[in-house]
Amino acid sequence: MTELTKLNIDYRLPKKNWMDTPAEFKQGMFCHGSKPKDLESVGFPNPREWSPKDEDWKLPENWKEIIIEGMRERLDKYRSFRLFMDICVRCGACADKCHFYIGTGDPKNMPVLRAELLRSVYRKYFTASGKALGKLAGARELTKEVLKEWWYYFFQCTECRRCSVFCPYGIDTAEITMIGRELLNLLGLNTNWIAGPVANCYKKGNHLGLEPHTYKSTIEFLLGEIEDITGITIEPSFNRKGAEILFVTPSGDVFADPGNYTCMGYLMLFHELGLDYTWSTYASEGGNFGYFTSNEMAKRLNAKIYAEAKRLGVKWILGGECGHMWRVISQYMDTWNGPADFLSAPVSPITGTKFENAKSTKAVHIAEFTADLIRYNKLKLDPSRNDNLKVTFHDSCNTSRGMGIFDEPRYIIKNVCNHFYEMPEDTIREKTLCCGSGSGLNASENMELRMKGGLPRANAVKYVREKHGVNMLANICAIDRAALPALMDYWVPGVAVAGVHELVANALVMKGEKERTTNLRGEPIKSVKS
Amino acid sequence: MGISFSLLAVIALMAIAYSGTKFANLQFLFGVVIPYLAVITFIGGVIYRVIKWAYSPVPFRIPTTSGQQKSLSWIKQSRFENPSNTAGVIGRMLLEILLFRSLFRNLKLVVSEANPMELNNGERIIYKSDKWLWLAGLAFHWAFLVILIRHFRFFAGYVPSCVQLLESLDSWLQVGLPRFYITDMIILTAVTYLLIRRFVIPQVRYISFAADYFPLFLILGIAITGILMRYVIRVDVAGVKTLTLGLVGFNPSVPEGLGIIFYIHIFLVSILFVYFPFSKLVHSAGVFLSPTRNLSNNSRMERHINPWNYPVKIHTYTEYEDEFREKMKKAGIPVEKG
Repeated sequence: MTELTKLNIDYRLPKKNWMDTPAEFKQGMFCHGSKPKDLESVGFPNPREWSPKDEDWKLPENWKEIIIEGMRERLDKYRSFRLFMDICVRCGACADKCHFYIGTGDPKNMPVLRAELLRSVYRKYFTASGKALGKLAGARELTKEVLKEWWYYFFQCTECRRCSVFCPYGIDTAEITMIGRELLNLLGLNTNWIAGPVANCYKKGNHLGLEPHTYKSTIEFLLGEIEDITGITIEPSFNRKGAEILFVTPSGDVFADPGNYTCMGYLMLFHELGLDYTWSTYASEGGNFGYFTSNEMAKRLNAKIYAEAKRLGVKWILGGECGHMWRVISQYMDTWNGPADFLSAPVSPITGTKFENAKSTKAVHIAEFTADLIRYNKLKLDPSRNDNLKVTFHDSCNTSRGMGIFDEPRYIIKNVCNHFYEMPEDTIREKTLCCGSGSGLNASENMELRMKGGLPRANAVKYVREKHGVNMLANICAIDRAALPALMDYWVPGVAVAGVHELVANALVMKGEKERTTNLRGEPIKSVKS
Repeated sequence: MGISFSLLAVIALMAIAYSGTKFANLQFLFGVVIPYLAVITFIGGVIYRVIKWAYSPVPFRIPTTSGQQKSLSWIKQSRFENPSNTAGVIGRMLLEILLFRSLFRNLKLVVSEANPMELNNGERIIYKSDKWLWLAGLAFHWAFLVILIRHFRFFAGYVPSCVQLLESLDSWLQVGLPRFYITDMIILTAVTYLLIRRFVIPQVRYISFAADYFPLFLILGIAITGILMRYVIRVDVAGVKTLTLGLVGFNPSVPEGLGIIFYIHIFLVSILFVYFPFSKLVHSAGVFLSPTRNLSNNSRMERHINPWNYPVKIHTYTEYEDEFREKMKKAGIPVEKG
């Protein structure tokens, strides 16, 4: 990996027109290619051994026809796609809003140019001026070089939608990248880091491929940890029929540090409330890497949540902290797999609050659920147990710009922590900067891309670290919890990463608990109240 | 290439109108036939484009949420930035279309030339407010609209009072005769700014091509010929009005001696009308249809229907249990088939 601490971002532009500058595949900036077995297990086209580094990508003979027909089909199916191909005026307002452009200086990471990669082909095959005038009208032939360029740059976009907040016409690069990736998937051009979890999730219920007994024992391991810290024995249920609530969360929370502390937080909170809920091993994934593949694949994975809710006969669904999971639940799930008329409109069994905003999906975000509990004083909280932490909050892209959940997590944090500091205004809320690893880019072979893409976020964290001594970056996203620790270690050492419900559980005074001497991570609590 | 091509194209268009009326006496063609064709193309073209967009459905409810969602009753919703009903969407669209709300957010990135992480206060990547593009864009569009409305005096037998009012507001800086319109100055300044930024901002220059320069040169040409006609090379205004009223009344006649500059002006306007529907200029119609802006964020409250939603193959629970039944039983996880 290049020595990034000496990073000089080169914003100078090539002399030649971008169309005459083919993509150069740089080590560390892209992921491994998808494996044939993963494509086969979900029935995706063109399964074969290939590597993005190969000259020959082993495409089917009629690959060009497949792409052009695929574009035609999608132009007819998505108004967003057709409109966004037509109305960009190239004002450039989006150019420096992309974290990948800020971090790499590569002009093809400017959202406008990322879209032009596709738009130029659209003009050539679907507009009269492009057919007649060619390059003069911004049109170009679809060639294998163009296809490789698409692959390289559509997997250098995290579908974070920051550019779309600033675009005067609301052009959303996430839509363009999603369509671009769908087209690439028609030729079997996915990444291993996405195709693997998709295959796992399809057959085993979660991205990590944990089989039911392993999923259960992984959670039981966390129960042991909780017992050591609090002295309380928790016995959650799995696949239990007749529970009031089905709880779904990304499998990353169950499995990996530091997400598992967030998972311990859920377990402790639900136990303290005496919540009538169940986990499911079949719908054991809140996240949806299908969403980074194609609309259809996303729907196929998402279908399990409602199907399992129906089978178990629960009343409603509670969802854990995750970014793209909530973009999907918020803007897609009901449309794909609803109506969920076998469920009832969610009501908090503790406060009686009706979650009117979720009355159709029947799925409540845990930050909404917990904020409501705190508002009605249903939790006994001792924020001083988090006094060793100086906390800032990273808004996740999907929950920010595809949902708008800003104040709920902040309300919770302010009630469970005494030291909370916001990052600069232009780097939070709807203007939040991506972790650099979203949309299935959190692999290890593309670490240089991740560190560069995460630089703007890290820079804002560094600002509050130097100004206020911030040492904890809170968030409500499992990919953040997986990706930000590496980013912090690299750019802002000394800042740890936590889900909001880890902080909740630290502060939560539980009935019958023993005197807590450490937080969930086993670190000593600064001042223990007597 | 795009810059010189576009400039030359506009100059060539002017030359065509010049020679067509000066040497070939095609006044009727330039004064009547082409304007009619242009208006027909404009109307037909815009309708065609809008129908084409509208023909593609909106399968998912995908507003870009730029503010707090509607959730718990005690949390203040951002009604226009994250609308949950039609009233909110109307508010959001009005802000967008009348005031360019999204562009108003524009920030400018400032990155230290040296190591971006290592200088004072850690504040190496800074975002500064940058409203120039917003200001120039807004000024240009509003000036264009006012000028368009002012031209109604040529298309009505009497001048409507609202047009008269607009004219007097537009000319409150009047010094002598003829009336000096502020919007003339604004549109020239704004278009020049928009053009110059395309030349000098490296990123914007890198992404620009002929389709970006041509309309700016064309509009500049229209504005300059219009201003020249008004303040420098006077034309027979009564004659112009005879022509325009004839056009509106479908009884066209071409008075003698209208002046070549008038024909150049009306020809460039005709080109703009023809070019409009088939270029990026249709953004002005398209923005109304933009699904990230014109939808309320209520897809958790009300089910949004995808007209082409189709059944997909899923891995069912039964298949899952069949594969893992023994392991599940051993782990004490309930199963359907004992």
